[in-house]
Amino acid sequence: MSLAVAKKGAITSTGPSAWRPAVAAIAILLVLAVLPSLVDPYQTLLLTYGLIMAIAALGFNLLLGYTGLLSFGHSAYFGAGAYTVAFIVRDLGAQSMELCIVGGLLGTLLISALFGFVCVRHTRIFFGILTLALSQVLWSLAFKFFWVTGGTDGIRVAYAKLTLLGGLVNFAGPGSFQRFVFAYYYYVLGLFALATVVMWVIVHSPFGKALQAIRDNETRASFVGISVRRYRWIAFVISGAFTGLAGVLWVPLNGLTTPDILYWPFSGEIVFMSVLGGFRTFTGPIVGAVVFNYLKTYAVASTEYWQLLLGVVLVVLVLALPSGIVGTAARLAARFTRGTS
Amino acid sequence: MSLLETVHLKKYFGDTHAVDDVNLTIEEGEFISLVGPNGAGKTSFCNVVSAYYSADSGKIIFQGEDVSNTSVTQRVKAGIARSFQLVNLFDDLTAFDNVALAIFSREGKTRNIVALARRDSEVTREADAVLNQFGLAGKRNELARGLAQGERKLLDVALAYALRPKLLFLDEPTSGVSTHDKGQIMDTIASVVRGEGITAVVVEHDMDVVFKYSDRIVVMHQGAILAQGTPTEIRKNEQVAMILIGSSGPDAFSRKD
Repeated sequence: MSLAVAKKGAITSTGPSAWRPAVAAIAILLVLAVLPSLVDPYQTLLLTYGLIMAIAALGFNLLLGYTGLLSFGHSAYFGAGAYTVAFIVRDLGAQSMELCIVGGLLGTLLISALFGFVCVRHTRIFFGILTLALSQVLWSLAFKFFWVTGGTDGIRVAYAKLTLLGGLVNFAGPGSFQRFVFAYYYYVLGLFALATVVMWVIVHSPFGKALQAIRDNETRASFVGISVRRYRWIAFVISGAFTGLAGVLWVPLNGLTTPDILYWPFSGEIVFMSVLGGFRTFTGPIVGAVVFNYLKTYAVASTEYWQLLLGVVLVVLVLALPSGIVGTAARLAARFTRGTS
Repeated sequence: MSLLETVHLKKYFGDTHAVDDVNLTIEEGEFISLVGPNGAGKTSFCNVVSAYYSADSGKIIFQGEDVSNTSVTQRVKAGIARSFQLVNLFDDLTAFDNVALAIFSREGKTRNIVALARRDSEVTREADAVLNQFGLAGKRNELARGLAQGERKLLDVALAYALRPKLLFLDEPTSGVSTHDKGQIMDTIASVVRGEGITAVVVEHDMDVVFKYSDRIVVMHQGAILAQGTPTEIRKNEQVAMILIGSSGPDAFSRKD
């Protein structure tokens, strides 16, 4: 996938006024809110994973869809968030999930600010390779420094030790896992909604417009007075922070953080999610992340050649639906609207 | 104090002397045309003054300050803006967003990350006014990539104008458009620029356009300034006529071949 593709028909924020997407978002949120009462806990668990990955993909797409930078190293920020939480819980004995979020975000901001500072000096393939290489550095550190990181065994983060909402919700006692899955779903849903609103405001702000201008034409962007490199760096840090937040939320659910989440195939999965949903739309990466999560779960359960299955899906996707699920749906809807009007 | 002064400005590309010891002074409010055959160094001169290229040597004095070592964005903030020979727009943004972005940038508002761009009524009003001045109000919500060539050319200039520069370089604002559109585009540009008292330097090949709109004409040849003067003076300059149109004599510029 080249950035030339990214430019064609790229995201613009023109379109219907704000109330239509807002009504749609509230409707979807209501459906998501009642869903755990209608489905079994396993489905709730899967959806929680999907929403967490949606936050990661949302962050990733600020770079790809809005700034025109394809990162192949977002596992680094997901992992930075996850490992920071693991350290906070293991070494500081923290119990508050909110403390974990603050700590995880600070850890991710530090890493993404540092890596971003290096990476935004380059664009296109050079940017992609640099992000990949730096994420691999973190992976090798997590892999080799086993006395700190636990190596391939990783670090356990037991949900039962954590509390939500400043200690209001805890998970001690019997049957706690089901309670955790139920409560944590709503916790993640709340943060997912917040992250989506924040990202929506960012991409529709003057700053977001400046990013889109840089994506379209960096030379002209500098000739209207925009410091291209600085804006790319800020976008990089925000993007990393969102993905880091996803890493933070993922750890208690998974119960364990291992170097796998820092490894490059995980970065590839985040790219996959965005392409699957459609990186030229705001909601594409969200839909892509949730769908990918189901796709991977059922592919893994149904065949030992699940990577092959996902590979085929990716090839078909790029060839048949280059604008992803949401992009294709939007095009079909537009055609249908034209046809009926 | 002159608005811009270049002192022994040089830019070489190997053996090619793109800008060769150019000493040019531009006064505030002037409408200057920069003419010369292809490869004369007109665009290179614009590129060096607007910081697209760095100068090999020499000085660029803008409003009494040496800006020779400043970046593109610093020169934009100082008040030097430009349009491009090959249209240079934000193709996947609407015409409105293109202009609005320039205004947001000028006002330092692109740093604003927590407010919706379209809620800024001041910028919206000004961007609409600029589009209106350039006859693009009807194209407000169209993507820049979907506009006709003439409209794209105007939007390119509008983008630079929206920065409210003190000095505006327009690099061939009418290239690639029909003769009919050319007149309209230049009329629009001239009325806007003169109306606002902006100092403009226009790179142009069409001598009819040059004579009609310029206060002063600067003729470049092989990277250096060959001649400069009022349209009447340049019209009479036989050396200029030889270089620009390959013939000389009285009324050389008026003869149509």
